[in-house]
Amino acid sequence: MALIVDKHRPRSLDDLTFHDELSKRLRSLAQSGDFPHILVYGPSGAGKKTRVVATLKELFGPGVEKIKIDSRVFQTSSNRKLEFNIVASLYHLEITPSDVGNYDRVVIQDLLKEVAQTQQVDAAAKQKFKVVVINEAEHLTRDAQAALRRTMEKYSPNLRLILLANSTANIIAPIQSRTLLIRVGAPTQQEICTVLANSAKKEGWPVLDGLNKRIAEASDRNLRRAQMMLETIHATNEKVTDGTAIPIPDWEVLVNQIAQEMVQDRSVACILKIRAKFYDLLSHCIPASDVLRSLAFALIPHVDDIMKSTVIKWAAEFDHRIKLGSKAIFHLEGFVARFMKVYEEYLEGMAEF
Amino acid sequence: MSSFFDLKARKAAAANGTLSTSGEKQKEENPRVQPWVEKYRPKTLSDVTAQDHTTAVLQRTLQASNLPHMLFYGPPGTGKTSTILALAKELYGPEMLRSRVLELNASDERGISIVREKVKDFARMQLTNPPGGGYRARYPCPPFKIIILDEADSMTQDAQSALRRTMETYSKITRFCLICNYVTRIIDPLASRCSKFRFKSLDTGNARRRLEDIAALEDVVLAEGAVDALIRCSEGDLRKAITYLQSAARLVGATAAAAGDADEMEVDGEGEGITVKIVEDIAGVIPDATMQKLVKAIHPPKSGNAYEAVAAAVKEMVADGWSATKTMTQLYHIVVYDEMIPDIKKNRIVTVFSEMDKRLVDGANEHLSMLDLSLRISEILAGR
Repeated sequence: MALIVDKHRPRSLDDLTFHDELSKRLRSLAQSGDFPHILVYGPSGAGKKTRVVATLKELFGPGVEKIKIDSRVFQTSSNRKLEFNIVASLYHLEITPSDVGNYDRVVIQDLLKEVAQTQQVDAAAKQKFKVVVINEAEHLTRDAQAALRRTMEKYSPNLRLILLANSTANIIAPIQSRTLLIRVGAPTQQEICTVLANSAKKEGWPVLDGLNKRIAEASDRNLRRAQMMLETIHATNEKVTDGTAIPIPDWEVLVNQIAQEMVQDRSVACILKIRAKFYDLLSHCIPASDVLRSLAFALIPHVDDIMKSTVIKWAAEFDHRIKLGSKAIFHLEGFVARFMKVYEEYLEGMAEF
Repeated sequence: MSSFFDLKARKAAAANGTLSTSGEKQKEENPRVQPWVEKYRPKTLSDVTAQDHTTAVLQRTLQASNLPHMLFYGPPGTGKTSTILALAKELYGPEMLRSRVLELNASDERGISIVREKVKDFARMQLTNPPGGGYRARYPCPPFKIIILDEADSMTQDAQSALRRTMETYSKITRFCLICNYVTRIIDPLASRCSKFRFKSLDTGNARRRLEDIAALEDVVLAEGAVDALIRCSEGDLRKAITYLQSAARLVGATAAAAGDADEMEVDGEGEGITVKIVEDIAGVIPDATMQKLVKAIHPPKSGNAYEAVAAAVKEMVADGWSATKTMTQLYHIVVYDEMIPDIKKNRIVTVFSEMDKRLVDGANEHLSMLDLSLRISEILAGR
């Protein structure tokens, strides 16, 4: 049984429920026969991928849905072999270059050139070009992005690129100037409610407006998370009413605990206790930057207004260090220690008055 | 014999002017599929917009038939690649182009081994003779080859140093042209062997002329102020401006008439034309209302703390998917041109901006960075 996120995913541009303007624009681009390279960006759970898949269907017809997974081997200049998975249909390829880490340049160079240099064989195909979808484009290394630049121009008759990214900050300017930027914003809470109601109806669950609204609020405008929450609620509870509690993910519960401990007990012993919890989180593959961010936002309600900006300041600073450094636990603990120090000083300052 | 006639026909076509022939040829093949950036790439040196100094120097080399090694640098979309391609075309003409010019860019493998083999092989290859007849009269065909290393700043240091001696040894029959965005990434020994040409950002007048030309050729109607919007959003990057123009034209054309011939489509769209709003939409410019909300939140209230307001504004912007870099740029303009803020505070604010920019480029979390940026500005404004 598929998750409802996948089961109720809109398959064509007509089925999309929000961002009508954007869907219309994508359709007109797809129909004009002159499709540009595009860069789709927006927060996660906003429907970027769904839109891209729907656009592909609009471009090529139902043939794009017949996909197969290819495993390819690439060879780097230092003779290292790289295994790489490609999701492909007759008309498009989908790759996640960040899978191969620093060697993504090799994949981009080899694969795109190969695609670009072969013409569309199927004479009945709607378009003459093939589309390459690149997931997580913001994780492409500089080298790989540089490799994309000229390829995009040179092989434009045979190749169109669709880049998917969470933010455009890491995409180099030359690429941005060669693509059409498409922003997909997160759905509003109202829109999430509508989608949830639809999903519930399709599953034969009762449509509960109150519950939907609370889910929409708790989901941070992330539609995927909202649908997951809905499904979890229905899976764990026998009888679902408007008042059913929304389950929070385990790791967030833990993060909240950490936040509380940090505020209550500012001592070395506490840091040691927290370290065990951090390791627990990290060993469950929760990204360190997510932990840090939720921790910072969990701390905010516990501290006074004056302290809030300080908390954010250090959180941002240590987040940066996590990205640059290699061992996340140092920086997480660094943040904890820093917070405790700052908070202690603040409290002492208060006592003096 | 047939090839002889063929040649003559081609020459006649060339005599009619390179620009129109190649343009028409491409049009016949696929009228709409080509990006306009490629379609309207300058065909001759005199077509290159706004780089008067550089083109003047290069024009002279056309007559003198001598060329130094060259290093082109400047921001993206200013015509570096276009210039050298146009120059190569004018020097060699369509037939010699392939045997005399080697173009390598970052999409090609360019490690040290390639420099040692491919580049060196090409560099030491003897010159081929230009075809007889009037070809020499039409194109100068100077006695050297050109190797274009596009995006040279992404070459490794080793590969660059491997070029050094190659450049000198074969300088009799080969000229190099390095193209890069950042001249600082080219190692000194290479830079000192080249004469440098700086490509400056396009000024408004030239960009406007070019955009209007293209719009006229493509039968796109531009509404009042649309060109200004294009130029403003593209920040001197002509390629970006042309991409925006094409995307906008697609939108306008395609919504007006879903079916029909390419040209008709554009004519049908005439009623609407490209408006400022469409351009800003495509460029991802954040609407003034949203920015004002953020700015208002940043300005500290008389009493209490700005945190709640700022946090709410930032959260909304992040959820709406506005890119943090764009937000930063626009916020920067607002803050710097705000005359109510004393200079000394501006100094401190700009420092914060620079730090955040670095963080975003390093891939730090956008939400936290934006929040930190806004809060710090708010604090500075409040005088703490």
